[in-house]
Parts: sequence; structure tokens; C-alpha cells
Amino acid sequence: MQFVQNFRLTNHNQTVMVSLVKQANANPVFRALADPTRRAIFEELSRQGEQTVHALTRYAGVSQPAVSKHLTVLKRAKLVRHRREGRESHYRAHPDALAPMVDWLNHYGAFWRDKFDQLEALLERMEP
Amino acid sequence: MSTTPNPAENTRTLVVERTFPHPQAKLWRALTEGPLLAQWMMKNDFEPVVGHKFQFRAEPMPNWNGIVDCEVIAVDPIQSLAYNWGVGGGESGLQWVVHFTLTPAEGGTHVRMEQSGFGPDQQQAYQGANYGWQKFFGGLERVIAELP
Repeated sequence: MQFVQNFRLTNHNQTVMVSLVKQANANPVFRALADPTRRAIFEELSRQGEQTVHALTRYAGVSQPAVSKHLTVLKRAKLVRHRREGRESHYRAHPDALAPMVDWLNHYGAFWRDKFDQLEALLERMEP
Repeated sequence: MSTTPNPAENTRTLVVERTFPHPQAKLWRALTEGPLLAQWMMKNDFEPVVGHKFQFRAEPMPNWNGIVDCEVIAVDPIQSLAYNWGVGGGESGLQWVVHFTLTPAEGGTHVRMEQSGFGPDQQQAYQGANYGWQKFFGGLERVIAELP
């Protein structure tokens, strides 16, 4: 009985992990924000509102082509939106795209609560 | 068991807490002795030594190779334990820090598990970017609070 119960819990945990990894692979949001420079750019746009590529380049302290590359990744993840005005591109944050990240943490919450259930069961089985 | 009430706080760091009706030293054993750890987490080659690299291994499944890559970053016997937690492998994967804190509580031991992104080492590893995950989420609190 104990075995069956453990098996079920383990299976459930694996399902949680798979959905976490799937989400990670499927979702460009995580990829986009895995890079600290991109996080910094996104944070700056969230804080300051719309910015030109020039302003962002000054802020990020890396070359403009590098910033443009980062912005493309953020744009693909729908984390930023842009508009052209004359020769300048203006970018702004699109924080709704962060919602999958909130889901991610909810998933991990379920994972750890299951693990704590198993820890509790182990402590009962252990010698005092 | 509880999670922090503030949604923005939840997003910055995941916290899961519970008080177990068992002594602190017993909890520490369950967290740090590989065979015991295997019974509630996953198969592992964990050792409570800072710098020790180890893996949690589950049965591989479609979309997940069943491996979590870890490295011990802090060991303070019977009180505190932290390791890196990487899924998805290599640079394209995701890195987290898992930190357990044990404190004596009435009738047992309080365990706090905190999972957050990007440890100090990783911050330093990237040139020209001093913005850790924590700080990033800190700056976003306002924004996330407005999410639907």
C-alpha cells in the first residue's frame, strides 16, 4: 500500500516536472529573461516607460547591435513592443507577457508541497 | 505550510513552509543523507559539502530527461542548506537556488524552503550585467501587481 502511494506521488511529481520543463522549452519568456542584460533592459523599460534604442544602449553599457539583438529576443517573447518614429525605434515593456512566469511558480509550489508530504511520510517511517 | 500572501512577493521568490512534529536533527538527516533524501525527493548523489556537484534523477519522460543538475552552495549543519537547481541542461536550461532553513518550533521543527533564481556566482559570471533575478523581480513588483 505504501509502495502504491509512493508510486502515485512520484508519478504526479514527474508530471509536474515535465509540465515545468515543457513550459520552459515552449515558452520564449523564460529564455528571454534567462539573460541578465535582457532582464536589465526589460526592467528599465518597466520602470522608465518607453525608451529609444539609443537610450537603452547608454543604459545597458553594451554595443547598440547587442542591444538590438536583445530587443529582438524580448520582442519575440512579446515582452516588449516597439514603434518607429522617424529614424528611431521606441520600445516599451509589455508586462502581460510575464503571466506564464506566475504559472511557473504556481507549478513549483505544487511540486514542493507534494515533496513536503513525502518528507512527512518519511519522517514517520524513520527511527526517532 | 503557507506561501507569502503578497502576490508580487510570491513571484519574486517561491516560499513553502511547514512545521514537522520531529526534532531538528532528524529533519537535517532527511535533507542531507542521500538514501533518505531519495525517499522523499529523488534518487541522488548528494553530499553535504559546499561545491559538491550532484544530480537528482527521476525516470526520464518525454520532454524531460529526468535530471536536475545541482551544486551545493551552503551547508550550516542542522540549520541551513542551499543548492543550485538546474533543469533543461546547459545554457538553455533554467537555474534556480533552493534554500532550506530549519528552526526549532513548538512541538517540532519549522522548515522553510525558498526557491529563487540566479545565485550571486551566476550574476558575476555575466559581464556588464549586475542585475540579479531578485533585483529584477524587485523592480517588477509594481508591474506584476497590475497583471490580470
